[in-house]
Amino acid sequence: MTIEELEQIAKSVAAENASYDYEVDVCMDLACMSQGADRLRDELEKAAGAAGKSILIRRTGCMGPCSSGPLVRVEPDNHLYHHVQAENAGSIVSHLGGEPVPELQCDLDDHFDKQVRVVLENAGHIDPEKIDDYIGRDGYKALLTALTEMTPNGVIHRITESGLRGRGGGGYPTGLKWGTVAKAPGDLKYVVCNGDEGDPGAFMDRSVMEGDPHRVIEGMALAAYAVGASKGFIYVRAEYPVAVSRLTLAIRDARRRGLLGNSICNTPFSFDIEIRLGAGAFVCGEETALIASIEGRRGSPKTRPPYPAVSGLWGKPTLLNNVETYANVAPIIRNGGKWFSRMGSDRSKGTKVFALTGKITHTGLVEVPMGIKLREIIEVIGGGVPDGHTFKAVQTGGPSGGCIPAEMLDLGVSYDALMKVGSIMGSGGMIVMDDTSCMVNVAKYFVDFCRSESCGKCIPCRAGTAQMYTLLTRICEGQGTMEDLDLLISLCETIKETSLCGLGQTAPNPVLSTIKYFRNEYIEHIVHKHCPAGVCTIVAPAAEETAEVLA
Amino acid sequence: MRKNGFARHALIETLHTVQSAFGYLDDESIRFVARSLRVPLSQAYGVVTFYHYFSMKPPGKHTLTICAGTACYIKGANRLIAASEEKLGISQGQMTPDGLVSLMTARCVGACSRAPVVLFDGAVAGETPVERVIEQLERWAVE
Repeated sequence: MTIEELEQIAKSVAAENASYDYEVDVCMDLACMSQGADRLRDELEKAAGAAGKSILIRRTGCMGPCSSGPLVRVEPDNHLYHHVQAENAGSIVSHLGGEPVPELQCDLDDHFDKQVRVVLENAGHIDPEKIDDYIGRDGYKALLTALTEMTPNGVIHRITESGLRGRGGGGYPTGLKWGTVAKAPGDLKYVVCNGDEGDPGAFMDRSVMEGDPHRVIEGMALAAYAVGASKGFIYVRAEYPVAVSRLTLAIRDARRRGLLGNSICNTPFSFDIEIRLGAGAFVCGEETALIASIEGRRGSPKTRPPYPAVSGLWGKPTLLNNVETYANVAPIIRNGGKWFSRMGSDRSKGTKVFALTGKITHTGLVEVPMGIKLREIIEVIGGGVPDGHTFKAVQTGGPSGGCIPAEMLDLGVSYDALMKVGSIMGSGGMIVMDDTSCMVNVAKYFVDFCRSESCGKCIPCRAGTAQMYTLLTRICEGQGTMEDLDLLISLCETIKETSLCGLGQTAPNPVLSTIKYFRNEYIEHIVHKHCPAGVCTIVAPAAEETAEVLA
Repeated sequence: MRKNGFARHALIETLHTVQSAFGYLDDESIRFVARSLRVPLSQAYGVVTFYHYFSMKPPGKHTLTICAGTACYIKGANRLIAASEEKLGISQGQMTPDGLVSLMTARCVGACSRAPVVLFDGAVAGETPVERVIEQLERWAVE
């Protein structure tokens, strides 16, 4: 495969698309599928055949506003339809080229106007199972350009210049990490993609892997070229069977086209990718645990240093990045580092994909420039809290993050700003809570999660989360005391300081942030034996039997 | 196993294949996998028990999986779990004595925008009310 051949494919894809009068894109992401998008597509094909129009019906990845699904986009009319059922297929086809179907018209301009799409630029526009669709939208151009015109150092330089930071949550500068791996001695190196999106309430990585799998592969290949690796692994959760099958297919197609394998683009560069399945362990999102899991062992973390960049998979230098980080690489190489660094805030560049869920009108995937105010994401893009309820808090970063109260909605989203208020960016789950959510109960939920996901290797995490859970359960049941609250805070500090890996170090975050911003709710439970949100079941307080939990 | 070249590090892959073929992993199959890949039995057993995805109990005829991810939790997944437990007379992770239904909870299936999410025999159903779950359980019961 050479650049000329690539351009030839892109041209023929464009010519084929142009041979149709209309294009109907049907979102076939999990959320839309669960509402009958597959039956809708069959009906559309039937209706198209019956109407005798020349229509290209395309299955696409997630278009974004999942709460309005199933979604259908019609080109060149540029209409977006929402809540489309199989019965609507006929009227969509008959309205092609004219006025849109009035009852299906989706008016979400506010939702889309504030967004900037880099990672999701292809989502909703290409068929994820067709490599040519991706090539038709400049796919693999960055890889071939880099291989023929750039040195590995040039690639690293461009990534450093862009200011891209790890999208898995930690925010480590990507260029720096690549440089470390590139400098590490050894002729065998690995590139690993972390697709173990264990954070409940987040599904950005799933959507990227399912909706645009080649983007991840291209990003990994570029990374491999930059650091001098010849082998890559994508670690995907077993709970995402569609992502696994799409990636498998994408890797096979890329090999057939000569974009993976030996001597890519007639250069000495060789690279291939294997998929590894997770098996339901949150701790495997931690890099050393993930490496253990790829090696076929229990996912227990190790102490760092040595960092995986020096000694990772089978003791070799290993580059480990998140799905979304790799998804950002190809556009940066294509458009230049400066283009990327113009977006975003001072120290957090580019865009970030968030999964907006919970008590909010428009749930789904959004991609926004860094630095955007939380208020804009929630009130404008998300459409606010539905059913007349009032907004209480937004939870970011999953079980490692914290809850941000309404007073702080004018905060600009960036790694540092979120860290400062006691939460983290995380992988990008954003769960909105309203006045019917009890913050103590939410804290208890996350602690329960960490307790069962703790790998058990270090004691602060294994025993500490269990004790936190006991204390929170007592408070929720109305049996807690003010001493319990103080004990809880000091326990949190200890766990934070002494745990081995990220899971334990961040497990107290949900508790500490809720105590900090919603202390009155804790006091309400403890002193007045009352749950303001009406979620917790208060057990009649047993006067004498509150024995000390921590003996 | 052959696909992965009998590589020791493909232990998790192999166990996935066995579980998808038989529905669960019993002692015999774990022993077989360990022997074939020349992995210590303790490591194979350790891996099976460490990861939540592997099950050592045979599944029921039908499986009801309720997602207990954060978004689903906020939208009332615990009410769904409680109602199903009451209806079936078992608690989560168990199977009804007649082997008809297994009640499971999942960490997150990634369909959070449609919370609360329930999987009926693996098919995803979004924004599921309690009545819908009970109705499906009754349908399975009369089959």
